[in-house]
Amino acid sequence: MKGFVVKEFLHIFRDHRTMLILFGMPIAQVLLFGFAITNEINHASIAVFDKARDSKSLELQQKLTASGYFDINMQLENTKSIEKAFQSGKVKEIVVIPPQFEKTLELGQPTTIQLINDASDPNTANLISSYTSAILMDFAASINPQANSLPVTTETTMLYNPELKGVFMFVPGTITILLMLVSAMMTSISIAREKEMGTMEVLLISPLKPYQIILGKVLPYVVFSFVNAMVILILAYSIFEMPVNGSLLLLLAESLLFILMALAMGLFISTVSNSQQTAMLLSMFALMLPTILLSGFVFPVENMPLALQWLSHLMPSKWFIIIVKSIMLKGLGIAYLWQETLIILLMAFIFIILSIKKFEVRLKLK
Amino acid sequence: MNSEMAVCANALSKFYQDKKALDSLSFEIEMGSLFGFIGPDGAGKTSLFRILNSLLIPDGGTASILGFDTVKDYKQIRRIIGYMPGRFSLYQDLTVEENLKFFAGIFKTTIKENYHLIEDIYRHIEPFKNRKAGKLSGGMKQKLALSCALIHKPEVLILDEPTTGVDAVSRGEFWEMLQKLKTQNITILVSTPYMDEASLCDEVALMQEGKIMQRATPERIIEAFNETLWSVQSDKMFELLSHLSSFPEIRLVYRSGDHICFIPRKQSVEEKNLLAYLENLGHQSVKLKQIKPTIEDSFIYQMQTQN
Repeated sequence: MKGFVVKEFLHIFRDHRTMLILFGMPIAQVLLFGFAITNEINHASIAVFDKARDSKSLELQQKLTASGYFDINMQLENTKSIEKAFQSGKVKEIVVIPPQFEKTLELGQPTTIQLINDASDPNTANLISSYTSAILMDFAASINPQANSLPVTTETTMLYNPELKGVFMFVPGTITILLMLVSAMMTSISIAREKEMGTMEVLLISPLKPYQIILGKVLPYVVFSFVNAMVILILAYSIFEMPVNGSLLLLLAESLLFILMALAMGLFISTVSNSQQTAMLLSMFALMLPTILLSGFVFPVENMPLALQWLSHLMPSKWFIIIVKSIMLKGLGIAYLWQETLIILLMAFIFIILSIKKFEVRLKLK
Repeated sequence: MNSEMAVCANALSKFYQDKKALDSLSFEIEMGSLFGFIGPDGAGKTSLFRILNSLLIPDGGTASILGFDTVKDYKQIRRIIGYMPGRFSLYQDLTVEENLKFFAGIFKTTIKENYHLIEDIYRHIEPFKNRKAGKLSGGMKQKLALSCALIHKPEVLILDEPTTGVDAVSRGEFWEMLQKLKTQNITILVSTPYMDEASLCDEVALMQEGKIMQRATPERIIEAFNETLWSVQSDKMFELLSHLSSFPEIRLVYRSGDHICFIPRKQSVEEKNLLAYLENLGHQSVKLKQIKPTIEDSFIYQMQTQN
């Protein structure tokens, strides 16, 4: 048993590809998700078609740039150039200021500022226009504080993530995906490799019991996955300033539980696949894609068709993401999370039973 | 069932879909014997060994090793046998020593405890003990695999084509090792497609299409071969085979090393007629002589005539 675990560690340390996936990937993924995939607006380039060219319109432009969200990259001269500006791809939005802007404002008459957005990327377009509108509102209020044109204002408070940082959303998802990948894919591949290389034949002939083979295979990956989870948490905490409001111990315990669940899934996959390739493809399509698409990591579950919502309940990753978010951001304890924990525990149990049952003590030849 | 016997098989059958791999095979193998299963690829040797070592369940019949049923008592069987699969089945990314340690470990023994068993074999590869198994030559791989199969002191050793893909010198060494192991009272079952290795076994079984066609000691097999055997050489070896096979007095023609052998229909062949026939077809410096049959010739004759 001890020898088996040692052997498994040696396999991992000697295979550069495995090492790269184990340790290069978590870091690359967290940094990628953290920095590149973000839905915050940061120095978005816009253009202004200023028909007024008076002091108030200039003031408005300054206000837009001063926010830090926008860079005015282009000043348009006529209506025709609007189309051209978008086609050049250099600007995401065009702000059209009407003629006699200052005069209209002084007279206290209503005026309209037109926002034209490049909606080929609808999410960004939405975000940019709402940021702009907010700045414009602010501007309107500063000019005419007593104006009754804005009788009702809404004040939104963003709880738990006041700055609406995308990272807070992505870190739980990334942990989930990585743990899934390392645990499930790696174990399934490593068992499939024994089958492919013919060494499984020799292992089966030995007096080792199925559970000993399984445990020997799984233990090293438990350790590596757990280290991985820590690395991601440390990165999230130090680089992206993601808080851990709840109990760190609970978070780690829940991670361990999820790792066990994923390992059990990997074992199950390996019992039905005879080659490394099959194991990899199965893990990819059966685990990775549903994890990414249905867990609420990328697309909110609430917006899905009912059938998919039901399907998403079967995704262990969905429950784990809820747990991670609740602990890290809301600081909730086990009293609020026992249901989700129980679901993962149950899933782990089912997969472990299934894979021990399906583990063949003999060769299966067709 | 006779308890003196190391291995008993009783009407073993195995099918892969419609294909019959083993056709109600029955045999017994004495304790301490070095028993060879000789036959071409697809004769059913690997299937038979996998049934004996409990990895496969037969579709019909039963088998036992040292009295343990291969299906029911598979746990006991796995403790008393050493098995070396046909393909090199060690961990290529582990070193020679790590492999050996690992296999000693899973059988709950140590290298030291049974070193005397593998000493003769392991000595050859010990200088390379820190080399990865995947980087060994074919002959050394087999020696390592044999060491790993022996490290837990099995009572029955099952070797599936251990010398396939191994150079002639290493093959010779390998067989010497098997002879030595026999003195340790280990029953050895070995399969091979090389007929010349048959003479090195105590007893051999010739297998073809899932059946044992003949079983005897190598000496008996040669004795039982009561045909005359001729060897021919000429300057046009390539055409010689087809020309000979169309000669009416000849029953069986085959190539064997650098000459061509044939067995006549009657006890003898008219030498003059044959020489004239070959010269007519443009063969020069024809050498024709009667030779002593080997075990190989006997097998070829058996396989060809029973088809």
